[in-house]
Amino acid sequence: MIKSGIPSGPLEQKWNDYKGHVKLVNPANKRKLEIIIVGTGLAGASAAASLAELGYQVKAFCFQDSPRRAHSIAAQGGINAAKNYQNDGDSVFRLFYDTIKGGDYRAREANVHRLAEVSASIIDQCVAQGVPFAREYGGLLSNRSFGGTQVQRTFYAAGQTGQQLLIGAYQALERQVALGNVKMYARHEMLEVVLIDGKARGIIVRNLITGALERHFGHAVLLCTGGYGNVFYLSTNAMGCNVTAAWKAHKKGAYFGNPCFTQIHPTCIPVSGDYQSKLTLMSESLRNDGRIWVPKEKNDSRKATDIPEEERDYYLERRYPAFGNLVPRDVASRAAKERCDAGYGVGTSKQAVYLDYADAINRYGKIECGKHGNENPSKEEVIRLGKEVVKEKYGNLFDMYEKITGENPYEVPMRIYPAVHYTMGGLWVDYELMTSIKGLYCLGEANFSDHGANRLGASALMQGLADGYFVIPYTIGNYLADEIRTKEIPTDHPAFVEAEKNVSDRILQLKNINGKQTVESFHKRLGKIMWDKCGMARNAQGLGEAITEIQQLKKEFWSDVKIPGEINEMNPELDKANRVADFIELGELMCIDALNRNESCGGHFREEMQTEDGEAKRDDANYSFVAAWEYKGDHNWELHKEDLIFEVAKPTQRSYK
Amino acid sequence: MEHYSMNLTLKVWRQKNKDSKGDFETYKVENISSEMSFLEMMDVLNDRLIREGKEPIAFDHDCREGICGTCSMYINGRPHGPWHANTTCQLHMRAYKDGDTIVVEPWRAKAFPVVKDLIVDRSAFDRIIQAGGYISVNTGNAVDANSLPIEKEKADESFAAAACIGCGACVAACKNSSAMLFVSAKVSHLALLPQGAPERKTRVLNMIAQMDKEGFGACTNTQACESVCPKEISMTNIAKLNSEYIISGLTSR
Repeated sequence: MIKSGIPSGPLEQKWNDYKGHVKLVNPANKRKLEIIIVGTGLAGASAAASLAELGYQVKAFCFQDSPRRAHSIAAQGGINAAKNYQNDGDSVFRLFYDTIKGGDYRAREANVHRLAEVSASIIDQCVAQGVPFAREYGGLLSNRSFGGTQVQRTFYAAGQTGQQLLIGAYQALERQVALGNVKMYARHEMLEVVLIDGKARGIIVRNLITGALERHFGHAVLLCTGGYGNVFYLSTNAMGCNVTAAWKAHKKGAYFGNPCFTQIHPTCIPVSGDYQSKLTLMSESLRNDGRIWVPKEKNDSRKATDIPEEERDYYLERRYPAFGNLVPRDVASRAAKERCDAGYGVGTSKQAVYLDYADAINRYGKIECGKHGNENPSKEEVIRLGKEVVKEKYGNLFDMYEKITGENPYEVPMRIYPAVHYTMGGLWVDYELMTSIKGLYCLGEANFSDHGANRLGASALMQGLADGYFVIPYTIGNYLADEIRTKEIPTDHPAFVEAEKNVSDRILQLKNINGKQTVESFHKRLGKIMWDKCGMARNAQGLGEAITEIQQLKKEFWSDVKIPGEINEMNPELDKANRVADFIELGELMCIDALNRNESCGGHFREEMQTEDGEAKRDDANYSFVAAWEYKGDHNWELHKEDLIFEVAKPTQRSYK
Repeated sequence: MEHYSMNLTLKVWRQKNKDSKGDFETYKVENISSEMSFLEMMDVLNDRLIREGKEPIAFDHDCREGICGTCSMYINGRPHGPWHANTTCQLHMRAYKDGDTIVVEPWRAKAFPVVKDLIVDRSAFDRIIQAGGYISVNTGNAVDANSLPIEKEKADESFAAAACIGCGACVAACKNSSAMLFVSAKVSHLALLPQGAPERKTRVLNMIAQMDKEGFGACTNTQACESVCPKEISMTNIAKLNSEYIISGLTSR
């Protein structure tokens, strides 16, 4: 039995009651306690700043050259909060309910409710830090809609919301560095967690400039290391995003929760060739105004602009009239795949659909003409003004599209296709965000907790900042209150020595293989297996094959990988080899998890389990649980189940029709 | 758009580490598609080097979508290459034609020492932020976000300055290696907002002091920084910085 530590009492009072009774650490003791934080994205930077402000001694680590570069920075569309500034019926309960439903009833109620409760404070905090959110002419904050909701609760800063929020958290972090409360280690990568008497007491890191291994002690360790979408090779993640820190913790005893829950984002720029290194997202906010369609005719090779209105199939509006183009991501992605597989795809690869702004340009243009009292505007005038409005709202996204494809999306519809974007799965954590290893916490995308089987748009930023600013500062005290007598453990302790030796042995082993195949080629092959057999649609046969193929790939990797350069210097290929080795092992576990979950839910679509009209068919009687996998050695895991109990949001067949 | 393939000559700066002396090496690359990104072309070259048993070219990159500010190549004498308002990772090979020679160097500035090949150390920027590039508000201290209305024009102007990605192209382009555009973007971002007002004077003085200490040069208004900035950060921010600095200098105790 796994203990999730959810407080008793009514759902809406749990977090308040918890805060009222949780153990505290007095300021004099906080100064003596050291906390290690790995990763400096929204979760890590906000946690590092907040804990340092409280008086703890923080050491923060990131593999990038500066904490400001973490991949949270690339989030485009926005951040949700139950402010109800639009007076459109939003509330904490609505945000909670939308998130549980959007996650297809595979998230923990108590965590999601807490997330909705603290959401409003996040916006307040960010504005106080100087985050320049979009505003209306009256000077108040502006909102827009995102998928899976019928209210406008998304706050944004053009298409650069993640950047602005991260810069806010980064500045708060740098302020604490200046005050001496945080010691920052950039270009350092965590390669092992150190356990002493069953508790996390430190980490081993590689200095990525010198190649030297370092030992660092902490009374507690926080992993805020993001998602593992790069297991698919091609994803919208940054090139450096990896699972290594989380995977090392997993192999030391931290359970991995729902590893197969992957989000495939519906609106990304399609793959253009074999050399492709990553995919680029076009923000979900584009679905506010853009309309998605394919030709009604199969294999229609006409240009988009030559296809008349009546010969276009706006398939989301047709299938889901209530939510239209704003259905949740998993639903929109599958619908695009369905059309392309059926032969209606567009572009040279036929693996794309259109996202069209012509209607929006026309609509906005007419509104602008009306504002200027121009009652009989020419078509050109309407389009000119309409383009200006669209540019103001989405200009940077349109520019980004044009840079990559060389096509002007103001004139021709964008071509889009789903791509791997986010991982709902991650290290299993309890209500306090502690993993199954004492003193080891996991925050943000790296944990499994809040999004169930599918994350709603604009909720990742919310969760990262909720965990860092408003959850961990309370929950970590409950653990550290009992650690005030623990003195700093010297890093010549045998546990540190052994952990460092394991790391250096593995690096030496990798380097000495001296095979023929590049790290990149293995990563590509892994990605292909995962995308074909554990991607948007999965079935038992494919998953079985994938497991065998990945096991074979692992053997081949460990006997034939080629790593140039030396160990004791900057060596990006060696860093990548370390990461790919872990991705291969994770890939196997993802397939095992997907095979084990004999139901469809959210982003996990088992072809054997669908309704008559092709929607995901859950099996609540048998699969209403979190799959928490314990590592038991090579290719061997034990499943622990955390039953999900829905006291308030009763599971129903999710419908967006 | 017509796609084509091309053969190119690359002259790339190679330097083992910060203490060693670097030099250019010449590479031929073939069958490069016009649809590739510049960094994907570098990937193709690196893949070949690894297969040949040579060391690949080290370069900084991460998001590959123009927002993290990590990539930093000086391409044919221009930071981030020929395109306007663009980062290296967004540059695509359709910018070049068959037979072109492309020279690739790291950012060159005293305050940005070379780490390896095309990678430089930009931690000086972090230290400038530490000197005052923030608003001192602890978590939990905030009032309701809408209790402080801010004129849309000011908010938009502040956002335009805050769009800086901290890549350092401004420094690399400047003949004085000045960091004024970077520093002024942060000063403007915060000075334009009412939340930034309490620390307005000390912020600008401390950030400028740190900038000087890091070894960045002075601004002589050549405007090279603005013309290469991937986020089109405006020179007007430098004017704003100067006035903030003078007022703060005159009125500080």
